[in-house]
Amino acid sequence: MTALLEIRGARRRFATPEGGHIAALDGVDLDVGGNEFVTLLGPSGCGKTTLLRAISGFEQLDGGSVRLDGADLGALPPFRRPLNTVFQSYALFGHMTVARNVGYALEVRGVDRATYEREVGQALEKVGLSGMGARKPSQLSGGQRQRVALARAIVAKPRLLLLDEPLSALDRNLRQQMQLELKDLQHRLGIAFVFVTHDQEEALTMSDRVVLMRAGRIEQQGSPRDIYRRPRSRFVAEFIGETNLFSITVERIEGGLAVGRTAQGLALWLPAAGLRPGQSAVAALRPADFTLEDGDIAGQVSRSVYLGSDLHLFVRPNAGGPEIRVTARDRAGAPEVGTPVSLGYDPAAAHVLEEA
Amino acid sequence: MAAPRERIVLAVLLAPATLILGVFFLLPLLIVALFSVLMPGLYGGVEWAFYHWNYGRIFGWADGLMEIFEPIYLQILLRSLGFATLTVLLCLILCYPVAFWMSRLPERWRLLFLFLVTLPFFSSLIVRLYAWLLILRPSGLLNQGLLALGVVDAPLDILYTPAAVVLGMVYIMVPFMFLPLFAAVDNLDRSLVEASFDLGATRAQTFRKVILPQTLPGIVAGSVIVFIPSVGNFIVPDILGGAKGLMMGNLIEQQFLSARNWPFGSALAMVVMSVVLMVLLTMVARSRRVRG
Repeated sequence: MTALLEIRGARRRFATPEGGHIAALDGVDLDVGGNEFVTLLGPSGCGKTTLLRAISGFEQLDGGSVRLDGADLGALPPFRRPLNTVFQSYALFGHMTVARNVGYALEVRGVDRATYEREVGQALEKVGLSGMGARKPSQLSGGQRQRVALARAIVAKPRLLLLDEPLSALDRNLRQQMQLELKDLQHRLGIAFVFVTHDQEEALTMSDRVVLMRAGRIEQQGSPRDIYRRPRSRFVAEFIGETNLFSITVERIEGGLAVGRTAQGLALWLPAAGLRPGQSAVAALRPADFTLEDGDIAGQVSRSVYLGSDLHLFVRPNAGGPEIRVTARDRAGAPEVGTPVSLGYDPAAAHVLEEA
Repeated sequence: MAAPRERIVLAVLLAPATLILGVFFLLPLLIVALFSVLMPGLYGGVEWAFYHWNYGRIFGWADGLMEIFEPIYLQILLRSLGFATLTVLLCLILCYPVAFWMSRLPERWRLLFLFLVTLPFFSSLIVRLYAWLLILRPSGLLNQGLLALGVVDAPLDILYTPAAVVLGMVYIMVPFMFLPLFAAVDNLDRSLVEASFDLGATRAQTFRKVILPQTLPGIVAGSVIVFIPSVGNFIVPDILGGAKGLMMGNLIEQQFLSARNWPFGSALAMVVMSVVLMVLLTMVARSRRVRG
């Protein structure tokens, strides 16, 4: 299967005020399938927005190519590119009604009145705003404006929809609701979404594939589970969710398991795959991987943070070294500060980073 | 309803402006309105008798004996409106692209250029208009330059023509057009322009459907601020305009200072004011409709 969107060797440099250059895109290759939900994730300045703008045509590449359906987009101005964008600020036209905002892409193409009315009606219906067409954007709530921006971007039935942090201005509850709705909408429309965010939770919730970027390069890409469970590097492990990282030296291999030891003498059981005795490595364990009893990491609860259904515990290992973060259910008998615990985990859940 | 205390504070704060506007604007305006329907005194001043022939002279119901209807007054009114409209249009054409250019400059350059736009205010209007006189006269800078370059064989007669008047008015009015226009253009949300492109609108469509409506308040404000003083302007035609450049302002000035016919001057002033008000109300109403 060939990809809908093919990006090859995308490069873009910006001049800094100090007279130097920074590479916003430093050789990015990316394929997006015809009905895939791909999220570009990364800290600010990682190049994700530049990549999005290079696809929409608002940013010119210094090198590399962007192809949609096999056709090179490089020479096309934004208004000739068959894709649409949902902007971070929504960018609704304040002097037009909601309906005219939504119908703008059809209006400038000069479609006939009947088609226009029908398509605008359908687009408003898809985002749950039927009957709001006569209002002005200023008369809508933040969530409703978001939906208008969405309806406006899908009215012309693009094959690819770009979304530039569209949920960042919404409050938490609405954002979570919109995440599910967006995913659902993408599924119903059967088109590709390229979604930019710096919120890893958002990325994990919605995406078919997460593309984590760092300093103009793709650090790792994969399914949300893949990228969460098997981070390639320290950067990925720390960016995606909370994690405990242990720098260890492999002591010995026993069957399918390896024993590693930290500088402080804490022993850890790991999957042996690819490890040799004497080798240095970094092991990652998620807070939810631990149990509080029957393990062999003895320690003491030093802090406890209440999160509603869960408790977030910080456990100081008796052997020394950094505190270990552990997620525990909040129920009767949950350990209090000072309680001795012995942390256990399934060695198969431990993940050894490819890169330290 | 505001609490008594707040109302007192409000009254005290508004009193100076109300007093100044009342004494120095509203009262004189009422006097002008009253004089416009009184009989001119023999040696200036007014006779306290109702006298509608002042308006008759302008609009054509003069008695033909004491007061004679002259269509020239209406012609000068139309000319003034024409000059003012032309001034507005030229200022707009000059300022609109510059406003866009300037809004993209880095902050410190923008401040410098804003300062340059207001620079003319630092010297006297009369001096600046006399400078134009020196530039435009047959032996002036412009003609010397054109002759030296061989563009023309004989000096151009620009001075004392309507063109010189419009040129002078555009020159003094440009800052008044530029500032509100720049404010509107600078406030234009760039993402709206990008959204328009993204949705497939061409540059021309984006300009017509997004940029123009979004900057319309600035265009209207600038046009109003330029139009009003332009219609009544008398200094520019006085210095740069000949007989063909005479405007309503000159006519009114002459009635008060030379002809010593205060009631007729007042009537002319009232006519100008009514026409300007009507033009403005229509304009504002239309721009409201465009914005929806």
